[in-house]
Amino acid sequence: MIAFNKYYNRFNILSISLVTISLLLLIFKGLNFGIDFKGGTLIELRSNDQKITTSSLRDNLSQMNLGDVSVKNFGNKTDFLIKFENNSNKNVIEEIKLSLDKSFGNNFSFRRVEKVGPKVSSELLKSGVIAISVALTLMLIYIWIRFEWQFSLGAILALFHDVIVTLGLFSLLGLEINLSIVAAVLTIVGYSMNDTVVIYDRVRENLRKYSDIKIFELTNTSINETLSRTLITSITTLLALLSIFFFGGEILKGFSLAMIFGVIFGTYSSIYIANPILVRLNVSQKTVLREESKN
Amino acid sequence: MLYFSKFRIIFIISISLLFIFIASSNILKFSNSLLNKKINLGLDLQGGSYLLLEIDNTPVIEQKLQNFTISLRNYFKDKNIRINNIKLDNQKILFSTDQKNKQFILETFTDEESELNPYYPRFKSHQLEIFEENNFFIVNYSRQGLIELKTSSQDQALEIVRRRIDEIGTNEPNILKRGNDRILVELPGLDDPMRIKSLLGKTANLTFRFVTNNAEDSFGAEKLEYEDESEEAMVSKRIILSGENLLDAQPRMDSETNETVVTFTLDRVGAKRFGKATSTGIGKQLAIVLDGKIISAPVIRDTIASGSGQISGGFTFQSATDLALLLRSGALPAPLNIIEERTVGPDLGQDSINAGLIALIIGFFLVILFIFVKYKIFGLITNLALILNLLFLVGILTIFEATLTLPGIAGIILTVGMAVDANVLIFERIKEELKSERNNLIAFDSGYTKSRTAILDANITTLLAAIILFFMGSGPIKGFSLTLGIGIFTTLFSVYFIARLLTALYVSKNKEKGNLI
Repeated sequence: MIAFNKYYNRFNILSISLVTISLLLLIFKGLNFGIDFKGGTLIELRSNDQKITTSSLRDNLSQMNLGDVSVKNFGNKTDFLIKFENNSNKNVIEEIKLSLDKSFGNNFSFRRVEKVGPKVSSELLKSGVIAISVALTLMLIYIWIRFEWQFSLGAILALFHDVIVTLGLFSLLGLEINLSIVAAVLTIVGYSMNDTVVIYDRVRENLRKYSDIKIFELTNTSINETLSRTLITSITTLLALLSIFFFGGEILKGFSLAMIFGVIFGTYSSIYIANPILVRLNVSQKTVLREESKN
Repeated sequence: MLYFSKFRIIFIISISLLFIFIASSNILKFSNSLLNKKINLGLDLQGGSYLLLEIDNTPVIEQKLQNFTISLRNYFKDKNIRINNIKLDNQKILFSTDQKNKQFILETFTDEESELNPYYPRFKSHQLEIFEENNFFIVNYSRQGLIELKTSSQDQALEIVRRRIDEIGTNEPNILKRGNDRILVELPGLDDPMRIKSLLGKTANLTFRFVTNNAEDSFGAEKLEYEDESEEAMVSKRIILSGENLLDAQPRMDSETNETVVTFTLDRVGAKRFGKATSTGIGKQLAIVLDGKIISAPVIRDTIASGSGQISGGFTFQSATDLALLLRSGALPAPLNIIEERTVGPDLGQDSINAGLIALIIGFFLVILFIFVKYKIFGLITNLALILNLLFLVGILTIFEATLTLPGIAGIILTVGMAVDANVLIFERIKEELKSERNNLIAFDSGYTKSRTAILDANITTLLAAIILFFMGSGPIKGFSLTLGIGIFTTLFSVYFIARLLTALYVSKNKEKGNLI
């Protein structure tokens, strides 16, 4: 048996600092919103001329009065991702095509073009925030129906921890937040809850069984009893996600990365946030039995 | 938990075979039309364009209110009430009247039988709202009035958009309403939406009006630019003909001038009016105005009574074809703005499919290998259930002819990773039970029973997240929530029916052995 409970305090301090740092990052550095949420135009280009580089492309585009243009390689050397903010020119994509054809010859294929107007982007941002809030609320309600309030508090804190730290990491690394990241965050919410609930189920079962074991010991027993399941499920999920990350193409990179972070944090928090909370709230056999006698 | 009746076993086997059959119909072709179903590929996988159009209703509202000021004045004139200082400002009509008539005007507007201001009994609202401010009456559209107006202009616009897109003849376009002022257009397989965008960007409001010299035309006149912005001309506001009178329009090569022109045919009313205008107006210039710009203004030489004519204006064959198409399909009630556009080229779509499949195969293989190493014979059972799970998932997507997107493939891969969770929960529980229970059958049975709540909890939480995503997400993300959500049900089925059946068969054969798992 591993003495997870020996490190409750240390890891709680770590979690609190991680959340604090993440919040500070989110407030002061902010998130790198993609065009889905900020509006603007994105063009994915493939050139069949090796000599074309990001800087030559950037030079060409900077003459076009597009405002702040970002040009990056996307996956490999001949694929480029061009991004710029909204502008009023309706035919901007056609003009870029003409200008690039003129300067580099007919060497490009436009693989992907996305243009999101300011109204749509603010709506997408709003609906993303609503989706995550609704998900958190529903989880709260679900866990509140299923468990006693001490457990609910623990699960929700674990959930917030995972979401905040994942977003904090995205802020720190300057990774782009787009629609698929919202999907990832929602899946993380589901996964983190899932992981916590499995351990909590066992804690509650053990609480009913043993009246003489203190919650400090009891959580540790429960973590250990469910540990191999926790690890196996995390490993298979991570295997699937790593496979998406490495082989699923550039478009899914952000999504799978967010999920990978989320699964790691979710596994960690269901052990080191969800359980210490029960200890701090002095959960005992009475907590579980009292709730049942009420029903 | 380990007992299966014969009937149940047959049921499980036949369901499995059915789904294998359905899933395979995506690869093999069946002549049977019932099963001739396929998973649709989303625009991000097959390539294509997604356009979200917003109808700009401002001109419609202003036009309607402008017309209303006339009926308002006439209506009260008949009742001997003078309306003063009437003007239109920022989608509001302002007017004043004598103190003694105020009550009457207010009553006219708020009467449910009002002829002037239609009442919608279903919504308990009038079309227009009236209120008084600083001795002025202010009239504007009520909330419901605005909704009615927007809905009707959306219906018209949808029809015109459909006609224009049908004229170009793209593959199975998808044209849908969004809200009450938006239209969603999905064009699979289209990798350059430039032409469609330019066609949808035009209102195509065509009018024939005389060019006048004096600004004191009795109908009023306005200064309009030529299409090529080279010149301006004063054009009467009196409309001789409009696009509505057109029966047909076609691009043609004029054999005399060797120029591309658009020929048109008028309906009966149009032909009559055109004949009359051309007979009285010989020597005058007739301006052909499209969306507020003059295309050309030829001088009338003869009476044209045939009801057909031609428009020249330095067209290329392409621009003449487009103009003819726009005229045939009719004018939009209001301008459309493209507020969101996403286009994926076919080669990127194919790359995404390939990448998605490779990731799926590798992810699947890694998970299967890991589970086999971990659980041996029970790993095989889990893996078999996992394979069937995947086939069920594909089968259900096929039955509903669901749309598979790249995030949707990610959802399938994620399902593979998370699907083993339920079996892992069960097997780990059985291991624990075996520590205190010597009888294999009892231990397996209670392992299944005791792990059930945890499994349900785990799946409900994921399902909640998927449902929210389905209702809040858009496009590709919906595809992710769909596969993730369906995956939960197929997972539960494969765990509780297939894996459990196989486990039961194995355990009952080997119940005397020690160390089963």
